[in-house]
Amino acid sequence: MSLAELAALPVATSAPPRLHVLRRFSHRFKASLPAYLLLLPSLVFLALFTYGAMGRVFVDALYQRATPKAPLRFVGLDNISAVLADPYFTGAVVNNLVYALGTAIPSIALALLFALALARTNAVSSVLRAALFLPVLIPMVAASALFLFIFLPNVGLLDYYIGRLLPVLPNWLGDPDIALYAIMVITIWKNAGYYMLFFLAGLQAVPEDVMEAAHLDGAGPFQRLLYIILPELKPTFLFVIVIATLNAVTQVDHVFVMTKGGPSNATNLVLFYIYQQAVEHYDIGKASAATLLTLGALMGLTALSFRTMASREGGP
Amino acid sequence: MTLVDRLFRDTPLATRREITPKLGFALTVLLAIVWLIPFLWMGVATLRPASDGINAMAELMPSLKPTLDNIRDAWEIGDFPRYFLNTTIICTGILLVQFVTITLAGFAFARLTFAGKTLIFYLFLMQLMLVPVLLIVPNLKLVAQLGLYDTLAGVMMPFFASAFGTFLMRQAFEAIPTELEDAALIDGAGLFQRIRHIYVPLSLPSFSAFAIISVTSHWNDFLWPLMVINSPDKRPLTVGLSVFTATAEGTQAWGTIAAGTLMVIAPLLVTFLIFQKRFISSFVTSGIK
Repeated sequence: MSLAELAALPVATSAPPRLHVLRRFSHRFKASLPAYLLLLPSLVFLALFTYGAMGRVFVDALYQRATPKAPLRFVGLDNISAVLADPYFTGAVVNNLVYALGTAIPSIALALLFALALARTNAVSSVLRAALFLPVLIPMVAASALFLFIFLPNVGLLDYYIGRLLPVLPNWLGDPDIALYAIMVITIWKNAGYYMLFFLAGLQAVPEDVMEAAHLDGAGPFQRLLYIILPELKPTFLFVIVIATLNAVTQVDHVFVMTKGGPSNATNLVLFYIYQQAVEHYDIGKASAATLLTLGALMGLTALSFRTMASREGGP
Repeated sequence: MTLVDRLFRDTPLATRREITPKLGFALTVLLAIVWLIPFLWMGVATLRPASDGINAMAELMPSLKPTLDNIRDAWEIGDFPRYFLNTTIICTGILLVQFVTITLAGFAFARLTFAGKTLIFYLFLMQLMLVPVLLIVPNLKLVAQLGLYDTLAGVMMPFFASAFGTFLMRQAFEAIPTELEDAALIDGAGLFQRIRHIYVPLSLPSFSAFAIISVTSHWNDFLWPLMVINSPDKRPLTVGLSVFTATAEGTQAWGTIAAGTLMVIAPLLVTFLIFQKRFISSFVTSGIK
């Protein structure tokens, strides 16, 4: 490229074209205006409660009050390091990881079993599907009220029927070694029927003729599951794993009703920790820092589900 | 022909002698019964008289002297009619505003071309990912700043826009043939008239699917209303039930707790049993609520 050409370039993109760009922009804006007006109501609420909320978490995490009445002052990353150094928070994170694995794997496995067994529509399978789906509908708080009695020591449903088989009756919700697993049982009971629906929908995509060809070649039920059904269900698995993980982070109502995070923080989960910091300790700085860390941790998952959702929605 | 044979009647002939699918089915039947036990206990315990004593409380055989005392007690101790009203107001309020916002936004995505469409589409998509319940702390602050702390409007507001609903309506609107709209256009119908008289009436199934998901999820919301509401007379059902349970647990009134729980979940269960097919297909489309 010669010097002359270089000198010519800026001249070519001087004033008149810029005006032209502006005019084109305003023209496009005018043409787009009706759409913007239609989107405005939604965007206002999204801006306030989703994007704005994200921004406010960032800012709030940087400030702290020395005492509840003291003025706010900028503390930088102190809140973050305080949360990371808080054994209650790290304990809640560990609990939440155990809880996520311990609820996602069994409920997805059960959901797959249910879907495989009930894939054919007839009167009996419809009734069974409805029975397995019922817990999905009821509030977590109502499920917790029922399970409070089921886990009640000595006179509760569990001890009354199967407790006799055990040499020592465990205190299901009172023993720090057991309580978290008791909590998980409720989640599995409540969510398996929900995930079943996605597997039922996924199974419809398994081509019937491939299955028949497999029979003819002498493939047994396990071989058909392993080599035909499971590969076909891969997108369903991905989707359900994402939802199950999100549920493990966002469903904490039963912790609130049944254990309040106890005994000795054995059932404290991250969202409940955030709630406690904000509402019980009035510590917005720490609550925001914990929220920020949780959102950050979910980012990887978010990116994954983002792609799944985008392909599901078929793009813009 | 045995019952099992009849159930496997329409499976391919070659697989009918296989044992594994039958074992899986038997296991599922067994688990379905286990799944129903909490509901069964709730019903039995609601009707059991307190005179049966605490040791018979777990018995799943119904009492021979059924009573409605527990229901009456629960009705009197908990302020359930008020909670019902509050939950109904919250769910209806959210749904009505959502209907407006998702119809307008869904139409814009389905039928209009505009600058920045992709960007705005992803802005909406983000709401599905940033699960609202994680943002309770900043949103509580905002609700308080807006002067809506301890009001039902404060409980409703964060849910007025719905990305899920917008996408659902976009899909429904895209399926409507443009010829219909062109005909209306020639007759001089304005934008809102076209939405109101062509797009909305033809998309009622999608509206009802969205309504089912929206109402069940907000009927069941707990943590957010718990944080926003302070006055006892503004509590929704879930918060009311948790307070009621905590009180009755202290006195070991398990029959009353069962009755209270039954009252809270009965409306949803009855609606589900009537519109079962519709519920299930809506939940399949829901993905993330």
